[in-house]
Amino acid sequence: MTETLMVIPILHYLTFCSVLFGIGVIGVLVKRNALVILMSIELMINSINLLLAAFSTYLNDPAGQIFVFFIMVVAAAEVAVGLAIIVLIFRTTHTIDIDVLNKLKW
Amino acid sequence: MSTIIALAVLGIITLFLGVMKKKSWLLPGILVGLAVALGLTLTGWNTDISFYHRMLVMDNYALAFNAVLIFSTFLIFLFAHHYYQPVERPLEDVYTVTLFALLGAVLMDSYGNLIMLFLGVETLSIALYILAGSHREAISSNEATLKYFLLGSFISGFLLFGIALIYGAAHSFDLQDIAHFVSALNGEWPPIFLAGLFLIIIGLAFKIAIVPFHFWAPDVYEGTPTLLTAFMASVVKTASIAALYRLFSTCLHGAQGIWESSLWILAALTILLGNLTGLYQPSAKRMLAYSSIAQSGYMILAVLAFSSRSANLLLFYTLSYSIATITAFGIVLLVREVRGNDLFTAFNGLGKNNPVEAFCMTVAMLSLTGIPPLAGFVAKFYLFSTAIGAGYLWLVLIAIVGSAVSVGYYFKPVIAMYLREGDGMKLKTPKSYKAFLLFATIVTILLGVLPFMVLKQ
Repeated sequence: MTETLMVIPILHYLTFCSVLFGIGVIGVLVKRNALVILMSIELMINSINLLLAAFSTYLNDPAGQIFVFFIMVVAAAEVAVGLAIIVLIFRTTHTIDIDVLNKLKW
Repeated sequence: MSTIIALAVLGIITLFLGVMKKKSWLLPGILVGLAVALGLTLTGWNTDISFYHRMLVMDNYALAFNAVLIFSTFLIFLFAHHYYQPVERPLEDVYTVTLFALLGAVLMDSYGNLIMLFLGVETLSIALYILAGSHREAISSNEATLKYFLLGSFISGFLLFGIALIYGAAHSFDLQDIAHFVSALNGEWPPIFLAGLFLIIIGLAFKIAIVPFHFWAPDVYEGTPTLLTAFMASVVKTASIAALYRLFSTCLHGAQGIWESSLWILAALTILLGNLTGLYQPSAKRMLAYSSIAQSGYMILAVLAFSSRSANLLLFYTLSYSIATITAFGIVLLVREVRGNDLFTAFNGLGKNNPVEAFCMTVAMLSLTGIPPLAGFVAKFYLFSTAIGAGYLWLVLIAIVGSAVSVGYYFKPVIAMYLREGDGMKLKTPKSYKAFLLFATIVTILLGVLPFMVLKQ
């Protein structure tokens, strides 16, 4: 299993994960819909999970994969809170477009 | 470790008390619990134990900062009874989440492993997203929480990517292993290590609110319920700066060449922009937000001027800053209660009708400015002189100019209270609340007169 993974050089994993991360960042910066932004943030976090798993295989060190589990738990908690916040916003403003949030000076 | 267990158990007990509708037990229980946690923290002094393969390191640095964090939270809970008086429900959820946020803050300054740093940051942040939106009916609170959540989790992604890259370069999450890796490099930095380092700096700079990653702070501070803003400005700031300092002092102080200039620029920008923008703020809460941004610029000086004393100076600085800020917020929330807003005009004539509150506010403002003989002066004096000794003359000059500019906004409420005519309105301050305010003020004065209780000679 490890050998199959090692067929692909680590630099490829690094490039792939950085591109995925970049797509996530662009998604956060460009999109105006709170749900889509949340999805882009999830994409960023999952690209990091992939990178950690790849590093952990190449370094032959399980710590990276353990960290992936921690990140998954934290991301789940974050999404739970985030969706609750978006529901809260929808109840008061009837939209989840972040441009309506201009009561406080940005 | 006993501190962490005590705080977690305290949070759970608080939830159960709320379920059993024992509203009157909640706050006394929390205060006793926090006092116990503070005592447990101090009993570990000089033991220097680490837990779970150096995941958590309870050295004196961690214990001292934990004590500051718990003490700040204790002060905030002293004000909670009056602040939440009009609310009918027991509010055990808000209190519990605050305690869990404190737990995250404690993890953040006792980590020995980057995994624990991330867990601490997230425990703190997720709890804060909830707290920022805890006033569900107010649109400003909703808006603050959504902004904070989206930006906070976005930047957490950067922090995490930085940790992953450093893991790829240094082959470990452990701070000491990374320190060995850094000292073995001899000046040839692998690009992924550099990228990882700068991403981590961005992540932590956002949490501390350093320019140019500060833009969320004034909005979120303004929308959040005032008592919890005090928590953000004191506990969160102390924990994040302590985390940054621990990272740099344990594993990166041998490699100053690569991060020195970027931190230098961040500190200079923070001091200048924080203070100058602070001058144009119409309300006390926004002014305190910019004050907290500017103060974090001075705290970066302690990270830059690394020496055997700088941790102690940072501790003293964060302690004096936290107490003064909590006192100021304690008075802002009284003014908001009566006037409905915290514009500087709302403070007019307070000196005549409410001498005690006006006195406490003045002491807090003077301490934040750095006027002798208050704690803020001693903190700034020693921090600046250490920084000059370490060769940061220009940065210290910028910091002194910044402090001079900050007089312009710190004195606004003071002038309004003593020199402007008011409409004779009195604040509704209970006696116990006055006593708590005076207690915090006396601590500020005592720390200024007898700084060597906390500061090493």
